[in-house]
Amino acid sequence: MQPDSDQPLLRMRGVGKSFFGVRVLDDVDLDLHPGQVHALVGENGAGKSTLMKIASGVYQPDSGSLELSGRPVTLPDPRAAQTAGIGIIHQEFNLLPERTVAENVFLGREPMRRGLVDRRAMQARTAELLAGIGEAAIAPQTRVGRLSVAQQQVVEIVKALALDARVLIMDEPTASLAEHEVELLYALVRRLQQRGIGILYVSHRLTEVFDLSGRITVLKDGRRVTTLDTAEATADTLVRHMVGRELSHYFPERAVPGSAGASRLQLSAAGNGRLRPVDLELRSGEVLGVGGLQGSGRSALARAVFGIDGFRTGQLLLDGVPVRVRSPRQAVRAGIAYVTEDRKGEGLVLSQSVLDNALLAQRAVNPRWFARNARTTTVRELLDAVEVHAAGTDQEIRYLSGGNQQKVILARWLAMKPRVLLFDEPTRGIDVGAKAAIHDLIRKLAADGAAVLMISSELPELIGMSDRIVVMRDGAIAGELPAGSSEEAVMSLATGAATSTEAPE
Amino acid sequence: MSTELAAPAGSAPAVTSGLGGGGRSGWGAGSIRPVLIILVLLLIAVGIRQPDFYNPPVLLAFLKRAAPLIILAAGQYFVIVAGDFDLSVGSLVTAEVVIAARLIDGDPAATWPVIALLLGFGLLIGLVNGLVTTLLQVPSFITTLGMYLVLVGAVYTWTGGSPRGALSEEFRQFGRRGIDGVPVLGQLPYAVLVLAGVAVLAVLAMRSDFGKVLLAVGDNPRAARVTGARTARVRTIAFGASGLAAAVAAILLGGFGGVSFQVGQGLEFTAITAVVLGGVVLGGGRGSVAGAMLGALTLQTLLTLLNLLGVSGALSSAVQGLIILAAVAVGTLRRRT
Repeated sequence: MQPDSDQPLLRMRGVGKSFFGVRVLDDVDLDLHPGQVHALVGENGAGKSTLMKIASGVYQPDSGSLELSGRPVTLPDPRAAQTAGIGIIHQEFNLLPERTVAENVFLGREPMRRGLVDRRAMQARTAELLAGIGEAAIAPQTRVGRLSVAQQQVVEIVKALALDARVLIMDEPTASLAEHEVELLYALVRRLQQRGIGILYVSHRLTEVFDLSGRITVLKDGRRVTTLDTAEATADTLVRHMVGRELSHYFPERAVPGSAGASRLQLSAAGNGRLRPVDLELRSGEVLGVGGLQGSGRSALARAVFGIDGFRTGQLLLDGVPVRVRSPRQAVRAGIAYVTEDRKGEGLVLSQSVLDNALLAQRAVNPRWFARNARTTTVRELLDAVEVHAAGTDQEIRYLSGGNQQKVILARWLAMKPRVLLFDEPTRGIDVGAKAAIHDLIRKLAADGAAVLMISSELPELIGMSDRIVVMRDGAIAGELPAGSSEEAVMSLATGAATSTEAPE
Repeated sequence: MSTELAAPAGSAPAVTSGLGGGGRSGWGAGSIRPVLIILVLLLIAVGIRQPDFYNPPVLLAFLKRAAPLIILAAGQYFVIVAGDFDLSVGSLVTAEVVIAARLIDGDPAATWPVIALLLGFGLLIGLVNGLVTTLLQVPSFITTLGMYLVLVGAVYTWTGGSPRGALSEEFRQFGRRGIDGVPVLGQLPYAVLVLAGVAVLAVLAMRSDFGKVLLAVGDNPRAARVTGARTARVRTIAFGASGLAAAVAAILLGGFGGVSFQVGQGLEFTAITAVVLGGVVLGGGRGSVAGAMLGALTLQTLLTLLNLLGVSGALSSAVQGLIILAAVAVGTLRRRT
């Protein structure tokens, strides 16, 4: 079933790719042999889709090489990949629902006869291709919109085969299929395999991977962790390869242990309707991670410190001085900044410009009638420093990507030179590149002397970023963990499976 | 720690300046371009119908008549752009004129003190509107509707059913007279000067940090609050500005016409129509004060044109209604696309 001939159809060597200075693929090797199903697995953001896009000519690799049947190739665009014999089946189909199967298969390169489209030839050829993969039940003259999703997928495959594809990349092919259709896809994949087509099968459903593939490559954080024969793999080893990450590759380096400075924010028995009395200390130079399940009081803690729903009891000290924070305004004036998890609802004024959004805190807290040039200059510099990508500072902020919007909010607070920064899910809904940039910024802020409290539901982020982690449960701190604790440790505190390791009084 | 926060090497300045997409500069919601085009077309039409319209004295007389509405629209703009309404300005104008007549009662010496009092009263009513809206969290639509009724009832009660007293000539000169002997223009009406002053102040206010925060509050009050803005205060000031504008408009209107309960009737809706026509989005956050004032000028031009064409004055409210509907519908469509 798996003829492992020596000459791979597709050979990728040392492939690397960066976006905005962030490595998303690093030195990846991959061999795909004729008649082989090679599974590509990894978490979201592991680099699967980037690798796929490089193989199909969408992206150009920064480094490394591609060979097809032993000949080096470059694929400047998707069309070049098609002609070279690489077809890709996306999760979202690229079909015209109002056209027939045959028209879709030959879209843009219809066979012509005396200046007219030769429908008969087109349909005959389509029928032949369909029969060739055992799908003769689909009639070439049917409108695609009338086909089931699984049949449309077949049309996509036929489209690739019509271009003599020898390599077929399938991206989560079962994602859109009903359960009974999956079996049909399996059968189809096996028939394609028998015809000597090499299939790069991208999926994170391990059942499929074990059912179909002969070899598996695991990607993690843009690197190839391992490639192994499916026969040798177990679900456990795969998961371990996929999840077990080396944090230092992904997150900025933590503060040197013991280097945290003076106490910047201190809570003693601070509580309100949603929080049982909390004791917490936040030091200059450190990033304190706050974990916990949704509704555990994580956000309520940040919102109380920031004066949105302030503390009713207990004490809050800033740099050792007791402060009453009864409104966000007082918090801002006291040198606290808060980056909300609800960017659109609470962070941005969407109809205003990038510049107006970045200037909002200064204008709100410290309004002036005239002479704001220095301020504007500073904010522009900050927008550059955090690398906001926008058509201009006059552009309405609603048109920016989530990552860029978040950077504008960061610039807004940096302009206030805060002592304490509260981040609630700082990278939610943000692409990988911007995520890394924001992580770097958070770390830099701490290194420059600010105290950072960061709430995150993403355990890798929480663990990778934090110098210390407190985990909340039921409106109270369930326990504190040191840097680099395991996901299991966080989760067991969050769910109450474990009692606290170092419970504050 | 701020500016040296340069991120990874090789980063060219990412934000280039230039005209961005979106509303302000183009055709989108909040833009003043559409109202400018309508205004120019209407002015051409009026000029065809009344060829001497462009003689400076005639034009100035027209501006003088338009001044109260433009001032009211400027006031209303502050409230609308913050996401509120002020329905009380019409009855406030009436109240101001009636109060002025009764307190002055023909005595020239009372003129200036009464003017000061009127301005104070307008500001006070506006601030009360604002405080009730923000502190008691009554929707401004209801607050100002209530204030409208309160003012109507109070004025009726106070005067016993018909206006008493008379305005002094000194008081009326603001609406009627001007600086004589100005080259080319002839007489430069005080009303136009007052209008110019109000316009400059309004534009400066919107360019200041207060104006930007006001826009932010209208756009997203939660975000504005969480960024440190005093949203209640900003909105209350906007209401105060509207009340003050109503007082100024009342002083001008008192000069034009007589003292009656009808002086301010319907002006709140005319002002709102004008603001909406000027591209300001109901609900707040978008549109300029210049647009609102141009909207008022456009509306006045339209009413003048209808008058010149012999269309019954009774139709003018129907026209206003259509403008509101059309402007809001177009605004919504524009935002959706």
